[in-house]
Amino acid sequence: MIQMLKLAFRNLGRNRRRTFFSALAMGLALALLLFMAAFIQGEVGSAVEASIQLQSGHLQVRTASYDEAKTSLKWEDLIESPEQVAGQIASIGPVAAATPRLYASGFLTTRNESAGVRVVGIDPTSDASAPFRMGVLDGAFLAPDDREGVLIGAPLANRLDLSAGDSVSLSVNTSDGDVAEQAFTIRGIYSTKTSSFDSVTVFLPLAKAQVLTGAQDRASTIFVLLKDTAQTEAVVASLQAPGFQVLTWRDLNKLLIQTEELASSYMAYFYLIVLAIAATVIVNTQIMSVYERTREIGILSALGMRGRRLLALFLTESGFLALAGILLGLVVGGAFVAYFTRYGVPIDVSQFGVTGMLFSDRIYTELTAKDAIQLTVMTLIVTLLAGVYPAVLAARMEPVAALRAEK
Amino acid sequence: MEVAKVENVTRIYTVGKVETQALRGVSLAIESGEFTALVGPSGSGKTTLLQLLGCLDRPTGGRVIINGKDVSQLNRDQRADMRRGTIGFIFQFFALIPTLTAYENIEMPLLLNGHTAAERQARISELLDAVGLGDRGASRPDQLSGGQQQRVAIARALASKPSLILADEPTANLDTPNGQQVMETMTRLNKETGVTFVFATHDPRVIQYARRIVTLRDGLVAEDKAVK
Repeated sequence: MIQMLKLAFRNLGRNRRRTFFSALAMGLALALLLFMAAFIQGEVGSAVEASIQLQSGHLQVRTASYDEAKTSLKWEDLIESPEQVAGQIASIGPVAAATPRLYASGFLTTRNESAGVRVVGIDPTSDASAPFRMGVLDGAFLAPDDREGVLIGAPLANRLDLSAGDSVSLSVNTSDGDVAEQAFTIRGIYSTKTSSFDSVTVFLPLAKAQVLTGAQDRASTIFVLLKDTAQTEAVVASLQAPGFQVLTWRDLNKLLIQTEELASSYMAYFYLIVLAIAATVIVNTQIMSVYERTREIGILSALGMRGRRLLALFLTESGFLALAGILLGLVVGGAFVAYFTRYGVPIDVSQFGVTGMLFSDRIYTELTAKDAIQLTVMTLIVTLLAGVYPAVLAARMEPVAALRAEK
Repeated sequence: MEVAKVENVTRIYTVGKVETQALRGVSLAIESGEFTALVGPSGSGKTTLLQLLGCLDRPTGGRVIINGKDVSQLNRDQRADMRRGTIGFIFQFFALIPTLTAYENIEMPLLLNGHTAAERQARISELLDAVGLGDRGASRPDQLSGGQQQRVAIARALASKPSLILADEPTANLDTPNGQQVMETMTRLNKETGVTFVFATHDPRVIQYARRIVTLRDGLVAEDKAVK
């Protein structure tokens, strides 16, 4: 057995460069798979997390008739006395924060330019507003009683060439179907590092938004954050009330979740294709090795080596090749993933124009132990399988024919 | 005692639609301890006969009997088992495994036969001395001359104490002094150990060592004579 391992090992050493490059092909394939898995995991994690924190919350409570697509401000579509409703929801154990929000479509105009925006009335003191409060880059955050201030995102400020203290005009649709316009001061500029969100979202204090849109003491939704995502379903069950709809982060991020599901299913094919390409390299190397060593196979056979042992010899060689490849793959892939887990992969989100889907400007790779083990084992299995055909070729050779070979 | 016997053996090779009859009905018995040369022109069937005697191939017709056992219809693995321990080979090319040292090459048949490490070590030193290469055990084949490589091959063929050693043109790739040395080694081992040698050759300098000369022509035994 030990002699067999020794022989297999030395056989790989005969053509070191070829062995190295074959192992490298396998290694790079594994490294690529590890990186892709970590990238997707990081992307899913960050996109869902960003959406929950900024846009969907874990839950939203709305009136049964509210239609998000229309950003309706009709009184019958809005929640009355939203502070009171939010207070009741906040008293449930697993709830971290519950706060009313009012949504309106609007238009931000400067002297030279204008941009369509989504106006969100928020309670600046709520914990749920923390990402915006923490994200202020310039100027100040909103105060609850601010009557003239708006908070706009950094990409919008850049585009319209605005800074804190500048004046703008904001038009919004109102509850009675009109448009209201008022001059505001840019109180502050924020960034959540999620450009697709920051470039269209403008914040007002809830009270001011209610006055401007004519919604009075009403809100579009109660935005709810939980202490633990896993408790979502339990809280939904306790929130059912006639005339209201309770939507979870799953309902509100359907597109994102479907995209991710689609991604993970096509990634499986992608993995298989990458591994198949790498396996071809192994098959090719081993077949070359079998043909180069045909006469040697004849000699071993003449000495009385059975087909099974020849098979084992060549399988051991591809096994060593697989181990070397996996080692290389783990080192290279591990280094890449570690780097991008720390520093993130910058991506140009302006290319992703999908409404309602948020992607951070940087994706921090996240390699789960499950992915790492699964992909490593998959690579090992594929390499070993790739070695089967050349090994069978060697084992099936007729000794007479093999001995006649040129070399 | 008969070590090997062929009875009315034929061997037909088919390449595409062309049939070549390499042996047309050869009968021959090899007694234990013989030192026999198979001679004849190229294409006369010497190598084919050696391959059948060595269980490397199966006859198209007739029987091949090794140590009293009919091996004509054995499958690939059964023939491998038969070769291991019963038959040693010496080829025209110096058929050593290039990645293994002289010592390890000789060790290979012993490993395949399941000898212990101590048994292997004792046997290999004995064999290296017997072929005059006691100090070259650690050398790789590419560090040995052709004659030295062929002597390692002889040692390997003897390793598991086979009853029959088959050599196909063992000196064809060697110069005269090396060829002579190889033949002398074979003759000496034949005398000392009693192992049977059958070798194919058309080199007159080699034929002179034989004690029996079997001449093949067109796939048939043309002459079979003992030499004093």
